[in-house]
Amino acid sequence: MDRRESIRSLFLGSMAGSLALESCVSAPAEDIKASVWKYQYGRTPQEAAYDEKLLSTQFFENSELNTITKLANLILPPTAEGTIEQAEVPQFIEFMAKDFPSLQTKIRGGLMWLDHHCNQHYSKVFMNCSEDQQLETLDKIAYPDPKVKEQKQEVNFFSLMRNLVLTGYFTSEVGIKELGYQGNQPNVWDGVPSDVLKEHGFSYDEWEDKFADPAQRNDTAVWDDDGNLIS
Amino acid sequence: MQIIEDQKTYDVIVVGSGAGGGMSTKILAEAGLNVAVVEAGPFFDPANPEQQTQLKWPYESPRRGAGTTRAFGEFDMAYGGWEIEGEPYTQVGDTQFDWFRSRMLGGRTNHWGRISLRFGPRDFKGKDRDGLGENWPIGYEDVKPYYDKVDKLIGVFGSKENIYNEPDGFFLPPPKPRLHELYYKKGAEKSGVKVMPSRLSILTKRINDDRGVCFYCNQCSRSCSVYADFSAGSCLIFPAQKSKGQVDLYVNSMVREVSVNEEGKATGVLFINKEDRKEYSLKAKVVVLAASACSTARILLNSKSKAHPNGLGNSSNLVGKYVHDSTGSDRMAFVPDLMNRKIYNEDGVGGMHLYSPWWLDNKNLDFPRGYHIEVWGGLGMPSYGFGFNPNSLNEYLGLKVGGYGNSLRSDVRKYYGAVMGMSGRGESIASIDNYCEIDPTTVDEFGIPVLRFNYKWSDYERKQAKHMHDTFEEIIHNMGGIVLGDKPGADQDYGLLNPGRIIHEVGTTRMGSDPKKSVVNEFEQLHDANNVFVVDAGPFVSQADKNPTWTILALSWRTSEYIIQELKKQNI
Repeated sequence: MDRRESIRSLFLGSMAGSLALESCVSAPAEDIKASVWKYQYGRTPQEAAYDEKLLSTQFFENSELNTITKLANLILPPTAEGTIEQAEVPQFIEFMAKDFPSLQTKIRGGLMWLDHHCNQHYSKVFMNCSEDQQLETLDKIAYPDPKVKEQKQEVNFFSLMRNLVLTGYFTSEVGIKELGYQGNQPNVWDGVPSDVLKEHGFSYDEWEDKFADPAQRNDTAVWDDDGNLIS
Repeated sequence: MQIIEDQKTYDVIVVGSGAGGGMSTKILAEAGLNVAVVEAGPFFDPANPEQQTQLKWPYESPRRGAGTTRAFGEFDMAYGGWEIEGEPYTQVGDTQFDWFRSRMLGGRTNHWGRISLRFGPRDFKGKDRDGLGENWPIGYEDVKPYYDKVDKLIGVFGSKENIYNEPDGFFLPPPKPRLHELYYKKGAEKSGVKVMPSRLSILTKRINDDRGVCFYCNQCSRSCSVYADFSAGSCLIFPAQKSKGQVDLYVNSMVREVSVNEEGKATGVLFINKEDRKEYSLKAKVVVLAASACSTARILLNSKSKAHPNGLGNSSNLVGKYVHDSTGSDRMAFVPDLMNRKIYNEDGVGGMHLYSPWWLDNKNLDFPRGYHIEVWGGLGMPSYGFGFNPNSLNEYLGLKVGGYGNSLRSDVRKYYGAVMGMSGRGESIASIDNYCEIDPTTVDEFGIPVLRFNYKWSDYERKQAKHMHDTFEEIIHNMGGIVLGDKPGADQDYGLLNPGRIIHEVGTTRMGSDPKKSVVNEFEQLHDANNVFVVDAGPFVSQADKNPTWTILALSWRTSEYIIQELKKQNI
């Protein structure tokens, strides 16, 4: 069986599984199908099968995913540069909870703490609170004290969510564009741009002749007997 | 039990397809020999789009690069890691040896750091310097011609520096330093630490028409699809397949033992095909073991016979003894001058552009041997973990840590590229008390008895790690940086990482002229069976503060020429 065949059979397997899935969660079979085919990046057949298994199940309840999405939008509100939805942050957090099961209770418990806290203070669950009330709640848990070793669980929960939201955002297409990362493409490195070098007080002058000359990179290397490059 | 026998007899069976096995396969096949390569993992070609991870974006994966299935992140090109399902290893007492294995054609060369350093004259004669360990039976002058040939065949960039124990070679031109590397240089030189272009086996210039030239994507750890980095599959095995000999690749084939005849000479190997889970036997005139230092020791120890009741090559009782890894410890720095940097493409090659070789004289120090310093940082591609604790560095600027809202976007941008790090990689002293052996109580999923490790660092290594941190802190202060994290104290072995973590484990089949004190001779030939050779890092008498690969390659070439000669003379 070739790799394409094996992926197809895995996929058919997941279709059968997704019938049962549909009854308890709202992820439609079409979405699962799309996600299984979306990610193609040199996995081994075993890795692809594992990913397919994770992608065809759902851990968080839809109501939890709504709260995660809201929380993510409070942590990084939408701007013209990009949004939580464009960066697929909720889907990423859902996936990571299955990939790193140790995250499950921390997140689920933290979400319950939010509702408990809001019930106590506003007689409403977090999602039914006004945005002012939601932010008032976050103000209590968003600032860990760097001098204290042990933070309260709700502070740890928020730090975890902030980490997942930020890493999810800045590893997305919109996030990487916003950051300005320029690489991951064929190019020729010829050193730090001269204006940046100058700004930081450096120069290549003291050893210029040692370095690779981009113009000669395609000429086949030839050395003399002493190891000096002559072409 | 029914073993499936292949009737063909090869000239040579090579076990393992990494640096040592790849080189041996190439040299032997070019001499016209029929060679079988037996590899425990699947076929791998970095140019195969189905296997390629190079140039993929984090968002092409649902886990954005996290390391769930591969220890260095899911785009890293090592199928395996420190833990492999179904292939356990065990520890004696409180030993914490971490054993990294990569199961694929090319082995660990597909993801390694490409740091390609020659051992210098002093590195072969450590005992002469400080009375510790043992000298190699050969010296730099014996290996130099092979280092020269490896440089030209595989390609390594670097600069001529005329330093006695860091011999120059046939270098390709090195890439210009990145910005954080220039900061490092400024800080290090203030402390008298030598800084020079690194020496990596990456093609900054064309060396032949079979391999492409580096296009600076920084992803050598993903194995290069145009073969511009050294990976054993693309640079040695594939060319060997095109040479005049015949090369048969047996992949997904886990060698259990070397088979021997009544006189104790090797007749071939016994392996398990992972796909059908059946045992097969292959025959050959010569067996070359290149399974990695510890895997080779395991195969030898599991090869018990009437002629070799203690395991093959083990009449000295030294197979598995003297295993030693490089010392390693790391530190990070925050460089305020690098905040709010102008962003440009700073990917460069897949590794550092500058480094520091060992620069001190041990006469004035309280530990033997040295370490080199690797440096890292820059405007890298985000992956899982990027953006964690986005403004924890605010602490050093008197600003509030934590929070939420769009100020976090500017925090991430502000600190992007402002953190860098240093890693010390040093020489430990080989000890007979550090060893791997067969654990009689445990087998892997193929029914093969597994290795059990016994390993303790000594004060030699601990004091070296302490010195690393003193040096790192001084350099960081010199360059205007802030040291991150607390200095590890005696209770943490001064930050010394577990043995095995640096993935330079060597020494399990040590080389020597006395069969009572060593396992192989200077041609990496077993004292106990003259048609069995070991061309991985097993024969290393000492590890030096250099990465082992360039020496594995040079010695494997030298041994392979010897095998060809001995076959011609009908001595083996």
